[in-house]
Amino acid sequence: MNELSSSLLLPAIVFLPLLAAIIAFLIGRNQLQGRINICFSLAQFLLVVLTTLLFLHEQTYQSERYVIGGWGAPLGIDLIVDGFSILMIALTGLLTLLITLYSASYFSDKYSASEKSLRFWPLWWLLISGLNALFMSADAFNIYVCLEIIGLSAAALVALQGSRAALEAALRYLLVGLLGSLFYLFAIAILYRSHGTLDLMQIAETANHSFPDKVAMILITIGLLLKIALFPLHFWLPPAHANAPTPVSAILSALVVKASLYILIKFWFDVLGATITLGASQMLGALGGAGIIYGSWCAFRATQLKVLIAYSTVAQLGYIFLLFPLSEYSMGVSSFTGSASQAAVYFIVAHACAKAAMFLAAGNLILAQGNGEIAQLKGIAVREPLNVLVFAVAGISLIGLPPSAGFIAKWLLLTTAIESGQWWWVIVVIIGGLLGAMYLFKVLSLAFSTDPAVVESPTSKSTPQVSNVMTTVALILALITLALGFNAEFILNISNTVSEVSGI
Amino acid sequence: MTSALLYAIAGLALFAIGFFGVVVASHVMRKILALNVMGVGIFMFLIACAKRNPLVVDPLPHAMVLTGIVIAVAGTALALNLMVRIHHIDQSSQEQSK
Repeated sequence: MNELSSSLLLPAIVFLPLLAAIIAFLIGRNQLQGRINICFSLAQFLLVVLTTLLFLHEQTYQSERYVIGGWGAPLGIDLIVDGFSILMIALTGLLTLLITLYSASYFSDKYSASEKSLRFWPLWWLLISGLNALFMSADAFNIYVCLEIIGLSAAALVALQGSRAALEAALRYLLVGLLGSLFYLFAIAILYRSHGTLDLMQIAETANHSFPDKVAMILITIGLLLKIALFPLHFWLPPAHANAPTPVSAILSALVVKASLYILIKFWFDVLGATITLGASQMLGALGGAGIIYGSWCAFRATQLKVLIAYSTVAQLGYIFLLFPLSEYSMGVSSFTGSASQAAVYFIVAHACAKAAMFLAAGNLILAQGNGEIAQLKGIAVREPLNVLVFAVAGISLIGLPPSAGFIAKWLLLTTAIESGQWWWVIVVIIGGLLGAMYLFKVLSLAFSTDPAVVESPTSKSTPQVSNVMTTVALILALITLALGFNAEFILNISNTVSEVSGI
Repeated sequence: MTSALLYAIAGLALFAIGFFGVVVASHVMRKILALNVMGVGIFMFLIACAKRNPLVVDPLPHAMVLTGIVIAVAGTALALNLMVRIHHIDQSSQEQSK
C-alpha cells in the first residue's frame, strides 16, 4: 500500500535523541533551552507513535528488520523490532515526553543551580538514545555498547546532585554497571568463539546444550542480574535511585533497570533458550521471591521517602522474576510465550508508569516539604492534595488493588502460577502485596493525618514552590496507570504478538 | 597447545584475577584498576579468538576490542573523576572541622 514501513523509521528513533544531545550540549544554557528540549521530546514522541502505528498496521507482527548501511548480518549490524520491543520503545517515547516536560520545569532557575541544567540535558538525551538503540538491537556486541552508553550516562546523571552521598552512589552504580557489562562482554566473546557470529538470530539457530553456551548463559545472567539489581545483588540500587535528581530517579526505576531485564529475557528465552534448566529458572524465581520480601521489608523500615520508593523497586523487580520459572513450566521447553510472558510484559509496563508517577509525586512532595524525611510528611495532604493523590494511585497500582494496571498484572501472575501448578509462588505474591500495603499506607496515613500544629504553620511560603506543570505530569502518569487497568487488552494484544514472533 | 589457546587461557586468568581484585580490594582506585585488568583479559581472549583459521585472521574481534578500549577509557575516566570529587569533598570537610 505505501512504501513507508516501520523498519525505515527505526534509525531515526535512535538518531533524533542523539541529535538532541549534541544540540543541547552546543546551545548550552540559554532561555530557550527548556523549550527546545520539549520540542525534541514532542518530535521523538510523534516519531515513536508513528512507528508503533505502522508496526501495528502492518499486521504481520513479523520482526521488522532494518539493515544499517546495506551490510547484512553477520558482517553488518541489524536493527530489529518485534511486539515486545515496540512496546518498550513506545513506553520509552511516552515517558521521555512526560519526564522531559517535568525536567524542563524541575531544572528551571527556580529550583536548581544553573550548572545542573547545563549538564542534565545532553546526558538525558544520550540515555534515551541508548535505551532506544538497545530495544531494537539485533547484534550482541551492539547491545554491549548500548548497555555502556546507558550505564555511563545514568551514572553521570546520578552524580548531578553533587552531594557526597550522590557522588558515592554514582560511583558505586558506575562500578557495578561496568562489572556487569564486562561479564556480558566476556559471554559475547565466548559466543563469538563458538558460533562465529554476533547476530542474535544466527546465534539462536546454532545454540545448543554445549558447555561454552552454558558458560556464556551463566555469565550473561550474572552480569545482567547485577545491573537489574535482583536480590541479593541490589545493594547499589537504593542509594543510586534515592540520591539522583527526581526526573532521573523516575527514569532509572521505570526504564533503565528494565533495559537490562529486556536483554536478559531475550537471551533467556530466545537466544540461548536451549541451555536453560528447570533448576536455574526455579532459582531465579526464588531470588525474585526473596527480593519481594526483603525489598518490601526494607521499604517499610526506610525513613527517607525516596529510599522507600527505591526499595519498592527492588521488591517489584522480584515479581517479574517469578515469571521465569512459570514461563518454563508452562511450555516444557523454555520460550517466552503464553500467559507468563504476557504477565511479564504487562508487569513491566504497569510498574514503569506507576513508579515514574510515584517518583515524580514524591519529588514534588519533597520540594514542598523541603526535605525527604517520611516523618515530616505529616498532614501534607492538606497542602499538596493532588500530589498525594498521585502517590496514592501509584501506590494502589504497586500493591495490586483494582482498578489499576498493577491489579491486572498481579492477576495475570496469580492465574499463571495456579494454572502451572506452582502454588508456592502465590503465597509469595500475597505476602508481597500485604507488605506493599504496609509501607505505602504508612506514608499515606501520615500524609492524611491532621495535626493542627502542622496545618496552622504558614503554608503560603511552601505551597507555590511546586509548579503546576510538575504536578500535572505526575497526574497524567497516574491517570495512564489507571487507564491501563481498564484497557489491558491493548497491551496484551501487542504482547501477544511477541509469542507468535519470538519462536525464532 | 597452540599460541592462540595459550593467549585465550591467559586472558581467562586475567579476567579471574581482575574479578578477584574488584571483590576484595577496599580502595576505589584499586577497584577501578581491577576492572581494567578484567577488561584487558577479555580483550586478550577476543584477540585469541581471531586466530581460529591458521591461514587468515578474523578482523571482527579487533574491531570489538577497539570499541571496547574506547568504552573502557570512558568508563575509567568517569570513575576517576567521581573518585577525585569525593576525595575533594572529604578534604574540604576535614579542613573545616579543624
